[in-house]
Amino acid sequence: MSILVIAEHDNASLKGATLNVVAAAKAIGGDITILVAGADCGGAAEAAAKVDGVSKVLVADNAAYGHQLAENVALLVAEIGKNYTHILAPSTSNGKNIAPRAAALLDSQAISDISSVESADTFKRPVYAGNVIATVQSSDAIKVLTVRGTAFDAVAAEGGSATIEPLGTATDAGVSTFVGEELAKSDRPELTAAKIVVSGGRGMQNGENFEMLYKVADKLGAAVGASRAAVDAGFVPNDMQVGQTGKIVAPDLYIAVGISGAIQHLAGMKDSKVIVAINKDEEAPIFQVADYGLVADLFSAVPELESKL
Amino acid sequence: MKILVAVKRVVDYNVKVRPKSDGTDVDIANAKMSINPFCEIAVEEAVRLKEKGVATEIVAVSMGPKQCQEQIRTAMALGADRGILVETDTALEPLAVAKCLKAIVDKEAPDLIILGKQSIDGDNNQTGQMLAALAGLPQGTFASEVVVADGKAKVTREVDGGLQTVDLTLPAIVTTDLRLNEPRYASLPNIMKAKKKPLDITNPADLGVDAAPRVKTLKVEPPAERKAGIKVADIDALVDKLKNEAKVI
Ligand SMILES: Cc1cc2nc3c(=O)[nH]c(=O)nc-3n(C[C@H](O)[C@H](O)[C@H](O)COP(=O)(O)OP(=O)(O)OC[C@H]3O[C@@H](n4cnc5c(N)ncnc54)[C@H](O)[C@@H]3O)c2cc1C
Ligand SMILES: Nc1ncnc2c1ncn2[C@@H]1O[C@H](COP(=O)(O)O)[C@@H](O)[C@H]1O
Repeated sequence: MSILVIAEHDNASLKGATLNVVAAAKAIGGDITILVAGADCGGAAEAAAKVDGVSKVLVADNAAYGHQLAENVALLVAEIGKNYTHILAPSTSNGKNIAPRAAALLDSQAISDISSVESADTFKRPVYAGNVIATVQSSDAIKVLTVRGTAFDAVAAEGGSATIEPLGTATDAGVSTFVGEELAKSDRPELTAAKIVVSGGRGMQNGENFEMLYKVADKLGAAVGASRAAVDAGFVPNDMQVGQTGKIVAPDLYIAVGISGAIQHLAGMKDSKVIVAINKDEEAPIFQVADYGLVADLFSAVPELESKL
Repeated sequence: MKILVAVKRVVDYNVKVRPKSDGTDVDIANAKMSINPFCEIAVEEAVRLKEKGVATEIVAVSMGPKQCQEQIRTAMALGADRGILVETDTALEPLAVAKCLKAIVDKEAPDLIILGKQSIDGDNNQTGQMLAALAGLPQGTFASEVVVADGKAKVTREVDGGLQTVDLTLPAIVTTDLRLNEPRYASLPNIMKAKKKPLDITNPADLGVDAAPRVKTLKVEPPAERKAGIKVADIDALVDKLKNEAKVI
């Protein structure tokens, strides 16, 4: 077995999601190579070489890959990927953008969001918003997989000593160009990596009231998330959405405030170790998955919680 | 400008799907079926582009059993001009769907192809990217804004850290995210009109596509159940439990 892992990185450094993917690669077993495609991505490549269990790092350092345009990166992945039995990417927006495109170029039916490795060709994955877990077996020669980060414990970022091999040429498909980006800046931990997540829903009523949750989060060293209703209503930006179509989180502690607990929200957080729900409606479905439920008005409960931490 | 939209027939998003007790398949025999929510957004976006005078024709395509005609008629009631059903009783995987769409794109030569980002049954999030690869076209996935002008599509994409904007040459593939728009409701007169719009029927073999599955489902099972929790009386009790029982703070 030879496994190619597509690195998640920002050129300067390697993103944590890569470490979960390497963990899935180890579960499959075999020789693990990380592909770092970027521009001025030496920093990310060096970090990748230190990852535990990796034998080689391939670096495609070229302007064409600077913004991870799928049209360009997928061509590279498909070209290099021919020499591997498995190609793995994280289930991040970037991984989901690139992996299926590369898979189609290799005539392989990709498998999305695997949550467990049963054998080299058999995997589990959630479907129907996580209400069903399917065990699926691939018959394709090259298996292209995206990996649900919360389902695999990250490997150590240090301790490995892989060789770094630069790749020569690059292809720009010439059909897409990067125009710009607006990235959220926050001193709080990243939602998908945080040990504690505090999320607010429609019950928060407006964006200013999220300040109450930020205060609780800062005392706990937590990240702040949201339901789709809170995002749709414009209280907070979309990158905070947790759920079937947002981010999947599985922290040690998830505190849901003013969130009813729709199937689509539960899909993103019900693998959390401990769930707390604060909701004024004692019939809210969120209480069916909460370890500790508090029936209360959030506008008194949240400030009190903050004062008592 | 011609727009192609792909609409999938799926179990309605309000239905909580469960596996059959023998673990062979999901139990959806009598479930309410609907147009995939993301596909509804795709149709709405196409209709808005037509209302703005950017698009002139909208073709809705669906693949699956003959009942998919219902979802094509829904798309027509929302504003699609005609429909194509790729009829098959084989459960199509994203790669096979993408291959059928590629064959249709070759024939229809649309300038813009809009798909949902994800079907809410299989949760694959693959088909648009695969079609883009097979057709050699650019892709604007997870779109929250699409502006078509000067022979280009400017697509704002919802990415993990925030938003990214890309310029795509036309023809281009767009996949929709939830915030792209809010779909309208079909009016009764439009539902009646939709019944008379043209709908062609073809199948994967006629499109030259081998739709045989590559991935076999060996088993389906429910997710690990959470054990029922408790209600706490007040914040003091909650903080105490989190500190001393769960030991998470
Ligand atoms: C295709 C599709 C995909 C979706 N994907 C997602 C997704 O990824 N993530 C997601 O979250 N949703 C998603 N949704 C939406 C989902 O179905 C729900 O609509 C949404 O999760 C509801 O958000 P909410 O719980 O904040 O709002 P509501 O359901 O309106 O609940 C608000 C809650 O706040 C409580 N409340 C109000 N005031 C107070 C107060 N003062 N004190 C205490 N409690 C109070 C109420 O009792 C209520 O339970 C999706 C829907 C579709 C169709
Ligand atoms: N059987 C189908 N018929 C029509 N469109 C489909 C079909 N399957 C997938 N699609 C399109 O591809 C999108 C993404 O689906 P998926 O890759 O399965 O998550 C859907 O929202 C549809 O637009």
